[in-house]
Amino acid sequence: MTVAMTDAAASPEVRNQSRQQLPVKLTVNGQRYDLHLDPRVTLLDALREHLQLTGSKKGCDHGQCGACTVIVEGRRINSCLTLAVMHDGEEIVTIEGLGSPENLHPMQAAFVKHDGYQCGYCTPGQICSAVAMLDELKSGIPSHASTDLSNPSFSEAEVKERMSGNLCRCGAYSNIMDAIAEVAKGEGLPA
Amino acid sequence: MKAFTYQRARSIDEAVEAASTHPGSKFIAGGTNLLDLMKLQIETPSHLIDVNHLGLDRIEPSADGGLKIGALVRNTDLAADRRVRSDYRVLSRALLAGASGQLRNKATTAGNLLQRTRCPYFYDTNLPCNKRRSGSGCAAIGGYSRNLAIMGVSDACIATHPSDMAIALRALDAVVEVAGPGGAARRIPIAEFHRLPGDTPDIETDLGAGEIITGVVLPKPIGGRHIYRKVRDRTSYAFASVSVAAIFAGDGSRRFAFGGLAHKPWRVEAAEGEGTADRIAEAVLAGARTTEDNDYKRPLTQRTLKAVFGEAEVQA
Repeated sequence: MTVAMTDAAASPEVRNQSRQQLPVKLTVNGQRYDLHLDPRVTLLDALREHLQLTGSKKGCDHGQCGACTVIVEGRRINSCLTLAVMHDGEEIVTIEGLGSPENLHPMQAAFVKHDGYQCGYCTPGQICSAVAMLDELKSGIPSHASTDLSNPSFSEAEVKERMSGNLCRCGAYSNIMDAIAEVAKGEGLPA
Repeated sequence: MKAFTYQRARSIDEAVEAASTHPGSKFIAGGTNLLDLMKLQIETPSHLIDVNHLGLDRIEPSADGGLKIGALVRNTDLAADRRVRSDYRVLSRALLAGASGQLRNKATTAGNLLQRTRCPYFYDTNLPCNKRRSGSGCAAIGGYSRNLAIMGVSDACIATHPSDMAIALRALDAVVEVAGPGGAARRIPIAEFHRLPGDTPDIETDLGAGEIITGVVLPKPIGGRHIYRKVRDRTSYAFASVSVAAIFAGDGSRRFAFGGLAHKPWRVEAAEGEGTADRIAEAVLAGARTTEDNDYKRPLTQRTLKAVFGEAEVQA
């Protein structure tokens, strides 16, 4: 699809008035949404402000803290550092789509069991990141902590390295580590 | 963010054409650096050309036995590619030493080469920066310069290039493939792709107006022992103070490219035949211009190189 363009970029005056609205179709947690968005709207703002899915959090808004982590087309990304219009037609999973209060995702249940948070602000991002991180490990994607590039395996060092894009200012890291280790064990990840 | 218009390009020709008809436009791929800078109004493009759908996301064998990496191949995929993991390990290692898992899932090969410096004064719009606003001055010189360059610096700029990937590409003698207006295509050796700051630190690469990176070509594998050693303030998710991409080739030749030292990957081929790590480091660092804050990078470079030699012995 080529998005229909205005010639709004032509002059500064026109540019300042430009409020290009573009059609964006997103499938979020299995539900299809048809939106019309200013191209400046980040995927995070589309989720939070336009779809009222406020589980994904805005921490730094610069890709440094990981609170906005969601899973797009099966991969974890920082939703604050990408534009919603760039994801037209794509599938997104947020914390709301992983599980529900009645039916928690195993990673959510493990975070509860191991007290993997204090204030909870980083938690949705931590959980989305951890779920996709274990998938990366299972598909053999190496990390800086992999001693053998060709065959990475589960270890505490691997998890710490792979989760370094998610900060927790309360410092719940050791409990987050325990929660992830339990889920990894349940999924049969070889140590 | 300043307002901009957005277009999704479907072909390289369409992208190049759009860039020439929209002055002030930028290509966007992963967006992990560009959007960061747009939020801070350091980058203020009037038009974004989304190049994610140009089909440049494959890694294919090249005609001469090497590997052609499409411009849009994500850092995660490049680091995990079986051929890269076995034949170009220094590249896998360098990629994995950079950024976070989330960022590597989005960041592209071409975007990694084009990312801007993390000099704190480039980011602080209240202070002068010749790279951000040509001719405004350099607040880093005389400022806090602990992470800044010591090689190839000028009176206008002491910024470093932040990429780990580019350091490995320099050791591998990669070639950047570029398309331009009118169907023009050219190949730029990685050594010539990034520029030293000189009087125009705002001009960072050899790319001309409207040109777009289409891929990066790795020459035929040279085998040997590959090492990427990065020293940084945190164990993970931090830019290099000093890094070394090293290849101890099967024929006894050696290659060393350095990160964290300069405005571009720093490599001194003439030094690579020297007998010891200390002598190589001495030759690599000839002409260093340091500040009180970053003078530590000289001994750190020498010691990191020495550690690389130790690692190579263990691998042998």
